[in-house]
Amino acid sequence: MKYLDEYRDAETARRYARLIAKRVTRPWTVMEVCGGQTHSILRHGIDRLLPAGVTLVHGPGCPVCVTPVALIDRAVELARRPGVIFCSFGDMLRVPGTKGDLFSARAAGGDVRVVYAPLDAVTLAQRHPDREVVFFAVGFETTAPANAVAVARAAELGLRNFSLLVAQVLVPPAVEAILASPGNRVQGLLAPGHVIAVTGIEPYETLSARWKVPIVVTGFEPLDILQGAAMVLRQLEEGRAQVENPYARAVRTGGNPDALALIARVFEVVPRAWRGIGEIPRSGLGLGPAFRAFDAETKFGLAGAGAAEDAACMAGSVLRGLTKPTDCPAFGSRCTPDHPLGAPMVSAEGSCAGYWRYRRPAAEAAA
Amino acid sequence: MCLAIPGKVLSVEGEGYARFGQVDFAGVRKRVSLSCLPKATVGQYVMVHAGMAITVVDEAEALSVFEYLREAEAEGESPA
Amino acid sequence: MADQSFSLACPIPIAEYPEVQMAHGGGGRLMRALIEKMFMAAFRNPFLEARHDGAVFPSPGKTLATTTDAFVVRPLFFPGGNIGTLAVHGTVNDLAMCGARPVYLTAAFVLEEGLPMETLWRVAAAMGEAAREAGVAIVSGDTKVVERGKGDGVYIATAGVGVVEHRLDIAPRAVRPGDAVILSGDIGRHGMAVLGARESLGFESSIESDCAPLWPAVDSLLRAGLEVHCLRDLTRGGLATAAAEIAADAGVAIRVAERTIPVREDVGGACELLGLDPLYVANEGRFVAFVPRSQAARALEVLRGVPVSAGAVEIGAVAPAPQGMAVLESAIGSERVLDLLSGEQLPRIC
Repeated sequence: MKYLDEYRDAETARRYARLIAKRVTRPWTVMEVCGGQTHSILRHGIDRLLPAGVTLVHGPGCPVCVTPVALIDRAVELARRPGVIFCSFGDMLRVPGTKGDLFSARAAGGDVRVVYAPLDAVTLAQRHPDREVVFFAVGFETTAPANAVAVARAAELGLRNFSLLVAQVLVPPAVEAILASPGNRVQGLLAPGHVIAVTGIEPYETLSARWKVPIVVTGFEPLDILQGAAMVLRQLEEGRAQVENPYARAVRTGGNPDALALIARVFEVVPRAWRGIGEIPRSGLGLGPAFRAFDAETKFGLAGAGAAEDAACMAGSVLRGLTKPTDCPAFGSRCTPDHPLGAPMVSAEGSCAGYWRYRRPAAEAAA
Repeated sequence: MCLAIPGKVLSVEGEGYARFGQVDFAGVRKRVSLSCLPKATVGQYVMVHAGMAITVVDEAEALSVFEYLREAEAEGESPA
Repeated sequence: MADQSFSLACPIPIAEYPEVQMAHGGGGRLMRALIEKMFMAAFRNPFLEARHDGAVFPSPGKTLATTTDAFVVRPLFFPGGNIGTLAVHGTVNDLAMCGARPVYLTAAFVLEEGLPMETLWRVAAAMGEAAREAGVAIVSGDTKVVERGKGDGVYIATAGVGVVEHRLDIAPRAVRPGDAVILSGDIGRHGMAVLGARESLGFESSIESDCAPLWPAVDSLLRAGLEVHCLRDLTRGGLATAAAEIAADAGVAIRVAERTIPVREDVGGACELLGLDPLYVANEGRFVAFVPRSQAARALEVLRGVPVSAGAVEIGAVAPAPQGMAVLESAIGSERVLDLLSGEQLPRIC
């Protein structure tokens, strides 16, 4: 596949590994923010190409992991309502709430459908005027344009049977919360390239200046991640704290102004609760007044206090990069993909699931 | 978040929120929203996430990951 | 029989019964007509002509193999096949994986009230064709109808009987460290063909299911006198699942190299689009074979001479450790465990 396969070249990856080994003289802790980057790192074994002193911490860039239990419960409740077609990205189907997940809602008779794009849910609403179509709008800024155009299109078409259950979150406030937390060990960031393709670099320049951390805009293929690592480690070795963008093939400095305009037209910034972290002000998106009619929580009168997470689940600590999944006492015993305690084990992107699925043969045999 | 993959725009239709393109991913074709790329044209490569094209691939930058490596290696080899 | 030619036209008078009714499963006149005009016409063999509760036949050999399967695929029709072709190929392939030549099949149909008769005819006709192609007869069957909403159109359950004409022990227990792992062709076609045909995940492509009978390939290995230790067809869960299961059941390590595993470009594109790993995507016309290292080259040569395994490649080897695990060497050289999935693989955005 063009503009994809080239960035998985084994020989070039090995050369990057050698370059990095030459650059690193001290231990460093670097966080890759995005769950998709975590997935790529574990799948291709990129962390094994880094020198022993470099610790990669997996950040909160997985909307599945950070969506609070209360919102999952609302999703499940809506999905079980007769007359509702509940649409979602595949990622969300196995995330446990307190009363089961969307799979169990389907087993109980709910019409739950996996869609590829939010606009597919709009098409379903057009095709089934007698049903209420609800789309579970999760995601970071990368997904916001897709979610926004679905609402804008539904409004344009005059649809009354379409709504969004909004769980949109923003990356910079989460990164800030991590850098600000006592005990933070993250010294450099591999920033999420596709989020920044939408938002542009500016929020990360602010973060870098405020917290004096080097931030490198990083892509998702092995070579992109290795280049990001090479650059952030060089900055750390040289004592610099700047924003660099090697992922220029996809990321413009100003992001995508049309996408940002669309997001601003449809959404407004709101506080959001993050699973395991708690509420962060101005960290999410909600439907603005002009489009409130498409808000499922308002439409269906859903409200209520947040439910409690399983006490044993260390999602919060893992998501902040304070704990490695393998350090969690429940990992691999009480908590596995078959019976997950929390979202990071459920989501294919979640740190814990990633560690489980891509675990090392040597480590396994020794266990 | 952010599984976005590169595809080639084969055709464009519609306007505004209904602006769509047929995009090719190694022989697989999908109708993708181009509502956020009003200037994207046939023949360009775009990064697509959840059915939305979020950016045009700057083909001039496609090889920069290899160039960076070459320059860095050359730097390392030349005497200080 | 009156009409020897294969007709594409549905034999049930559509004007009278355009859809399956409860009565078609009721044991009475309507059911008899359905069986005669639909199934017997499509499957056509003396066993069914006997119109008896079961099929009686002389044993085709001293050692037999049997298998049973159920088919619930959605959508019923997908590029390269349908639930009917799947039912025949899936069953004969299970027999082939035992090293057994498939001979007889039985088929039970659970039909949903309201299923268009035209649809049922297309499925039955396809099954008849597939059976003839695979050299098997569908010798007995059953038909039930469930209420509208209680089924997905059609469910098919099958049983198969085959003959074992070799003396090998073909099973995970026969796998030995040092064995070569051979894959019969490129992976992921069936799963992506089916997904591509689904409403809200759909995409356009030329991807067709690889659904096909595998006995000719297995037969070629046996006739060549090769010491086949184990065979496994790659169905749900894909290559990774087959490797993980055999490694666990055989108590060995199976190491495969990602760069040797063929994935067609468009199948790879579809997987990238939906965020799926081709190693876990379903196939219906592919298998892995475990043979002694010294016979690997010959096995490849033999397999490549048979159309269904023309793309055969060696993808790895069996090792003594880490015991019970399937390990993938990634394209950039690091290793990871190929685990069993908890459930089906889901498309992702993240």
